Order: sequence, then structure tokens, then C-alpha cells
Amino acid sequence: MAAHRCCFPVWLFILCSFSLFIIAGSQETTVAPEQHASVLDNPQTAAETAEQTAGESGGVEERRWEGTEVRDAAAQKQAEPAVLQPTPQPKDDFQEELVVRPLHSGDIYASFQFRTLWETDFMRGNKVSHYRLFPKSLGQVISKFSVRELHISFTQGYWRTMQWGQPYLPSPPGAELWVWFQDSVTDVDATWKELTNVLSGIFCASLNFIDSTNTVQPSASFKPLGIGNVTDHRFLRYATLPREIVCTENLTPWKKLLPCGSKAGLAVLLKSEKLFHSSFHSQAVHIRPVCQDWQCKTTSWELRQTLNVVFDLHNSGQGKREWSLFKMFSRTLTEACPLASSSKIYIDITDNPEGEQFELSPATSLLSQAMVLGDRRTFSVYDLTQQDTFGSVRSLNLLIRWKSTEGDMLRPLLHAERYVAGYGLQTGEIHTLMYNHHPYRSFPVLLLDSVPWYLRLYIHTLTVTSKGKDNKPSYIHYQPSKDRVRPHLLEMLVQLPPNSVTEVTVQFERALLKWTEYTPDPNHGFYVGSSVISSLVPSTVAMDTNSTRERPLFSSFFPCKEESSYFVRVYTEPLLVNLPTPDFSMPYNVICLTCTVVAVGYGSLYNLLTRSFQIEEPSPGLAKRIANVIRKMRGFPGTMG
Amino acid sequence: MKTHVLFNLFATFLLADGLNIEVSVFDFSLQLQISHRFVFLILNFTRNVAPLLINTQLFTRFLSRISQDSAGQFFSSGHTNNWAVLVCTSRFWFNYRHVANTLSVYRSVKRLGIPDSHIVLMLADDMACNHRNPKPATVFSHKNMELNVYGDDVEVDYRGYEVTVENFLRVLTGRLPPSTPRSKRLLSDDRSNILIYLTGHGGNGFLKFQDSEEISNVELADAFEQMWQKRRYNELLFIIDTCQGASMYERFYSPNLMALASSQVGEDSLSHQPDLAIGVHLMDRYTFYLLEFLEDIHPASKANMNDLFKVCPKSQCVSTPGHRTDLFLRDPGSVLITDFFGSVRKVEITTEAIDLTDPIKEVEERYMHSYVDQLPVSEIIHQKPKQKDWHPPDGFILGLWTLILLVFFQTYGVKHLRHIF
Repeated sequence: MAAHRCCFPVWLFILCSFSLFIIAGSQETTVAPEQHASVLDNPQTAAETAEQTAGESGGVEERRWEGTEVRDAAAQKQAEPAVLQPTPQPKDDFQEELVVRPLHSGDIYASFQFRTLWETDFMRGNKVSHYRLFPKSLGQVISKFSVRELHISFTQGYWRTMQWGQPYLPSPPGAELWVWFQDSVTDVDATWKELTNVLSGIFCASLNFIDSTNTVQPSASFKPLGIGNVTDHRFLRYATLPREIVCTENLTPWKKLLPCGSKAGLAVLLKSEKLFHSSFHSQAVHIRPVCQDWQCKTTSWELRQTLNVVFDLHNSGQGKREWSLFKMFSRTLTEACPLASSSKIYIDITDNPEGEQFELSPATSLLSQAMVLGDRRTFSVYDLTQQDTFGSVRSLNLLIRWKSTEGDMLRPLLHAERYVAGYGLQTGEIHTLMYNHHPYRSFPVLLLDSVPWYLRLYIHTLTVTSKGKDNKPSYIHYQPSKDRVRPHLLEMLVQLPPNSVTEVTVQFERALLKWTEYTPDPNHGFYVGSSVISSLVPSTVAMDTNSTRERPLFSSFFPCKEESSYFVRVYTEPLLVNLPTPDFSMPYNVICLTCTVVAVGYGSLYNLLTRSFQIEEPSPGLAKRIANVIRKMRGFPGTMG
Repeated sequence: MKTHVLFNLFATFLLADGLNIEVSVFDFSLQLQISHRFVFLILNFTRNVAPLLINTQLFTRFLSRISQDSAGQFFSSGHTNNWAVLVCTSRFWFNYRHVANTLSVYRSVKRLGIPDSHIVLMLADDMACNHRNPKPATVFSHKNMELNVYGDDVEVDYRGYEVTVENFLRVLTGRLPPSTPRSKRLLSDDRSNILIYLTGHGGNGFLKFQDSEEISNVELADAFEQMWQKRRYNELLFIIDTCQGASMYERFYSPNLMALASSQVGEDSLSHQPDLAIGVHLMDRYTFYLLEFLEDIHPASKANMNDLFKVCPKSQCVSTPGHRTDLFLRDPGSVLITDFFGSVRKVEITTEAIDLTDPIKEVEERYMHSYVDQLPVSEIIHQKPKQKDWHPPDGFILGLWTLILLVFFQTYGVKHLRHIF
């Protein structure tokens, strides 16, 4: 009976060990749901809506607050058909907007946004043949390649978050392209390749250098910005070209996409000599499907063309803090684009409520408030569709004269930087630093790193530390590289503790390239694209979660789902890494060739002359040698002749 | 009796050639000279319409009918469209002058009417937005900084690392990958006059590309022969501004080629216009005087190739410019400059009405759309890891099971099995 009792624990042991193997076999990546989103269930107390505040303060001061923009737009739409539109219902709509934000460093940040909305359907084999405001070249791209969303940006210079705050629309240095395809696309990679070629022709850029070695499929970092429920990342492609130069030839086709070109409206300010004489220049095109109305039962295509530029007027103006439209763009405005339903200039005057910081002329009585980047900002609004904006001289030249130089910028809550450490040409280490400046709240960030294959990451050396302690990521997705085929992809969800610096380090080894793979200027170094940091940053005021309400264009790009936090994307610097480079110069090659000739010629001759020759015994055959070995092992003395 | 009528028509055309949209305000001046029942038609288009609209055959028939009536030299060239391939092969800031050379020719051909869709511009480096350029987005051809040859609406088709010998030869011969956009192709035919301009650093029989590879004169001559056999040109004008430039056209053997070079074999081409503000030379001598010559040309000017051969004599150039006309069938004196640097387009006007308003059907889908959460933290954390495919247990597991079973049977034997089951 003892044996009968004994066999139960044995079976238990067998079962346990079996299940252990099953688990070990199925586990792929570490998914540890321990640091659960504690941020999400901690809503901010400030829940005042924008309209309430606007109404209150509007009563106190005699300034006129801009009402809901819906009424404004509706009034214009009523007036418009009589003048411009013989057709009863224009299904497309064009808006233009310029936001000017004086920065505390003395620079000026100007952000142009042009939005074309069109209620049409490019999909389901629908032949769209009549284009009015929407550019046909992009419409054809959308329908031919079954694009659901397309985001492309060209940037010259690096956005200095700590000096300038957050941009309205972030972009990494160089070119960035990310596309969501429709789920009807069967061969996504081939479509992507063709699409990049076509876009390179449209935008005069070297986007045809995008191939499998710099394309990744992020698993969580990029979600569709337009409407839609499909988030299967098999239909997403993301690529950056950090070395891409941006110049007039990229601006020319970009301007041609606008309904008014650069002939009228805000686009007359886009003169390349001024735009490229700046600290930062970024132009982008975003195409996505958006809601048509508040019910969101119909969709329309949105083409958003943005251009962000930071002028260093403080230095170029001999230290005088004064700027005007003419100084910035060497043009003044005389009219709105006749095709635009709304054409406005916003000046950020949040830090200047009583006019003590700077003086704005001509003065405007129209004010507006908007929730942007987790903050409530106040803007002076100039409506270009109104004739009285231009005054008696029929031209608008905005002028700001600074009175005092002090002033404090609200420090951005999140910022990041990256650098390469180490010495020599064999190994190195990538450091990524992420700063959380919030005094008491932690928030999650999702870090995406795409490293080219010629830097071989040692993923076992990956460390994430914050405040001297190991910070375990709650989600890691890593895809190793394949030489000459695909890059490394590393995605991590990290919780940043309040008021801390989180450092991510990983070591790498530099690979040797084949000599045809070197660029014509290999000593310049090789670029590694920016890391992308997507984050939900706690906001100081309640964000507007109604995504379909009419808002200024600059505050309505990223859809907002909750009131207590807002979505922000931050890009780090691209890295410039030296690879071991052979000397391609002519003297070096001549020396190499000569030495080879000398070594082969002289060496063989010397060998021939100094060798002593002697006759060798013929060696026995293979079978005999094996037989000898066997006989030796068996203990027979002697060998077979 | 002569009546001289001058029409100036301005029209805006929205044309789509493939994916390339071009809105061009074109100004076409139609000169009608009626003299003794002969009709002279001179069509000068400073801007063009896309070749799609042109029915070449019809017009050629029409053309031949007129030229029977001795319509003059204007139709004798026999081409219907113009193309230009302008290449700067040099990288790095100290080669600023080569970019300026190419851009000045670009400016001239564009001014004389060849549109961007018919110009393939290749620049090996970015000088305009280079960080060493004190005035970004400009490239100047003269110290007085009057003429910005970069302009405000330049379109560079191949730039940076894309400028390679392979890409250049592929553009010429048309053997490009199928997904190449139209702006990067030379879509010429057997009625095209092509201008090819090259500049860079060269030697006897070769031209360097990007300081890392070369094209030889034999390769170039073979590429032109391939173009001829593929009927990719009617007449071709080849201009090269490089050291020992004449060596590059020595090996040409295809018909209808005219070639010019800035220097003879054994001579260096020299630079011009040193500029202290940017620290390098602004232009090469030959192209500088070529630009000066082209600035005086206008779409209707009668200057011919013999005038072009006189550009930059040795007193100005220091090197001796050369030219080769033995492959060219026509007399250079009868070839207008605008046959290559300008653009001629013929249009056929149709009176048929085309109905463009195709009724767009209403789409009957009315479900609620919504935006996607940008950073769904809990969704990311809880997302299911990918199910792994089943694979047979490996040696270690099989061995362990064998060991367990062995120990079991060694200990209890078969006869105890009935206690278990």
C-alpha cells in the first residue's frame, strides 16, 4: 500500500514539470503588467471649460472674445455661395492659419497651417476625377496605393525643446515618412517601395533611399491619427532619412499643393531666402480621414500642410527685440486666399495680458483661447477675410516691440536627449536621457529606437535606470537586425518617476561595410535616426476631449481622449557615428598595389632561389594508412609496406 | 502687302501628366504673317503644355503642308519638343562653382521656355542650404549678388548621393526601374531636341562623379548610340565644362550630335569670380561667359550656333573652347540657339465638348467613426504575445521523460500499473 500512496506525488511532479516546459516554450517577450497605468486614474482637478473662462473675463474687460468658431464659420459659409460658388454645396473646404509665438529666447516661432477638407471617397475602386481644392497628385497617390494615412515631414535643424518649449507639430531632423495602408493591401512592402519612389518625385527629395534597411513596423508607437479602428501594425511603415537636406526644391512642390499656390493669402509670405535663413525649418504634409461633423457618421479626407519656422531675429537684429511680418518674411499681407473659408493670424499673448511685455500693433480687439499642449493660451486674432483688418493702407504688417527682456518660460514637462559614448572605432554606447520635470506626477512614455544594421546592438547590455534604480519597462518589443536587410527596432514602455531623469543605455559594435557600400564622403560619418518618444503628459488644465468641435487648426491635430493628460511626441537628436573607413585616396591605393606587386614578384623569386630541393619518398595510399592505424590499435607491431 | 498680327494669349491649364501636376500660365505669342497667300506660323511658347495633349502626327502633317510653302527656317529643325539634362557631378563646398554652373544653365533654359517637367537637374551636393552659405537658399553667379541662379522655384530631380554614373546613364538610356516617377525620367522621343550639360572635375577621357567614380568618354559615346538606336532624340547638343573637356566628345559616333567643350585636351578649365564672402570661386570661366551670352537670348532671337561657338575666346577663357559638328547633319549657321535652349510646343485645338462632370455616387455607409487612442498604455501592456507555432519537443525534454519513465519502471515494475489505472 505504501507504493500506492507514493505514486501520487510522482504524477504531480510530472504534471508540474510538463506545464513548466509549455510556459517556457510559449513566452516570447517580457510582458510584465505590474506597473499598471497608475497615471490614468488620477484626473486633474482643474475642470473649468474654456468657454466659461472666456465668458467671465470677457465680461470684465472691454475686449471682444472670439465666440465659438462654429458660428463664425457658419456665417461665412452662408455668405460664400452667393459670391464665389455657383454650385449649391461645396464639398471641400480650405482654411489657412498662421500662429506666431514669441519665444523667451528672443526668437520667433511662426507656424503655418493649411487645411483642405474634402468629403469624397478615394477607396473601393471609386474613380475620383474632378478635383477642386484637393491636389490631384496626392489624391491619385491615395487611391493608387490604398493609403489610409500619410505623414511626411522635411526638417532642417533641431527643435530645442528646453529653450523653445513644445512645437505644435513635432518632427525629427531630416525626412520622416509614416504611412498606414488600407487592410485591402496584400503586398505592403512592395506598395511601400513604390509609394516612396512616387513621393520622391512629388517632393523632389531622395525618399527613394527608403528601403528595407531603414523601414520598421512599430508595434505600439504610431497609432492612426485619423478615424478608424484598425490598428494592426502590419499595415504601418515608418522610415526616417536623418541626412536629408531641405531646401527650396522641397518647398516649391509643397507650395504647388496649395489651392492658391503662393500667389495669394498667407502663402505669399513663403519666400525661400527668408524661410531658410532661420534656426529651424520644418514642412510637413499630413493626410488622414477625419469626421465630417460632430456626429461623426461621415468621413472626409483632410490634407494638412504645415510649415514651422523659428527665426533668430534677436541676433540678426543687433540685439533689438522687435519684429514684424516684413522683417520676417520680407512681405506684408494684402488679402486672404479667395478660396479659403477662413484665414486667420494668431499671436500668442498669454504672457502679455496687460501689454507689459511687448506692444502689438496694429491692435486687435479679437481674442481667442485655446487648449494647446496641456495649457490654456490666449491669442490675438487677425481675420484676413475681413477688409478692416488691413486698414486704410490695404496691407497688414504686424509689429511687436518688446518692452522688457525678462520673463519665464513654462519648462516643458518632458524632454529628451541622446548621445553616443565610448571611444575607438570598434564599440560604443548609445545613451538616451528622458527628463520628467513634473514635480509630483509620473507618466508613461513609449520609446522607439530604430538603429541601422551596421551598428550591432548588444541587447543584453540594455539598462533602464531612473534615480539610480533599475526601472523595469512594462513592455518591450525588440526585433533584431539582419545585415543589409533590416534595422534594429526597440520599443519600450517606461514609467518616468516624478522629477527624474531616466537613462537608457545600450552598447553596440560597429560593423565593417563592403567597400562599395561606403558613401562618397564616408569620413563625414553615418547617421542614426532620432528616437521617437510618445507620451501622455499630465496637463495643467482640462483638455478638450471633443475631437469634432471646431478649433484653431494648431490645437486640433492629435486627438485627445482624456481631460487630465495630452499626447505629445518628442524627437531626440539624430546620432552621427563614425565607422571604420578605409583610405580611399589615390596615393594609398597606389602604395597598396605597388606593395602587392613587390611582395608577390619578389617573394616568389626569393623563395625559388633560396629553396633547397630534395627527392621525397612516395607516400603509401590512403587505405594502407588506415589499415596501419587499425593494426597499431590492435597491437600488431610494424606496419604494412 | 504684309499684315502683322500679334496675339498674346494667356491661359491657365490644369494638366495632369501622370502624377505630376503642373499649373502653368502659358503665354503663347502667335505671329501671323500673311504675305502673298503664304502663311507663316511662328509659335513661340515660353511655357508649354504636356506632350500628352499634342497629337504629333497630325501636326507634322499640317507642318509639312506649310513648309512646302517655304515656311522658312523655323520648321526646318523638325523637332517637336525639347528636353534638358543638366548635371553637376561634384560634391563638397569648394566645388560651389560647379553647382552654380549647372544652375545658371538651368535658369537660362527655364527662362527660354523649357518647363521643369522637361528638365532633369542633377546636383551632387547642396550648396544653397549648406551651412557655410552666408545667405541660405541662394546661389550667385556674380560677386555683385544680383543674379540668384537658384531662384525661388527650383526643382532638383536627382540630388546628393543619387547623382551617380549609373543613374546618369539610366536617365539617358531610359532603363529605369518601373516605379521611377516621371520627374526623374527623360521621356524624349525621336522628335526631341536634347541639351546635355555636364560639369565637374575631369581628365583626359573621363569625368569624375562625386569624387568616387568616373564615366569615360567611351561609355558616354555608347550611351548616346543607344539613345539614337532607341530613337530617343532628334538632335542632341552636348556641352561640357571640365578640364580637358574636348576629350569627352572625341569618341562620339552617333549621328545628329553637336558637342562643345570648355577646353582642349591637355588644357585646364579655369574658374572665375573668386568671392571673399563665401571663400570660394563662384563660377567657371566658360559657363560664366556662356551665361552672359544666354542672358541676351530671348525666345524669338535669331542667334545661331556659330554665335555660340564664339563664346569665351581664349583671351577670356584662358583655355581654348572646342566644338565638334562633323556628326551634325545641318549647317550650324542655320541652327538657332533656341532649338536647344528654348522650347517649342505645338498644340491642336479641339472643338469637341468633353463632359467632365461624372456624377459622384453617394456612399451609403453610416456607422459611427471614432479616433484611435494615441498611447493606449493598458492595451500595450496587456497585448497578447504572439502564439507560437507548435513544434516537436526537443531532445532534452524527450530525454527527461525517458528518464522519469525508466526510474518509475525500475522502481515499481509493470505489475504495479494496475494500482494506478
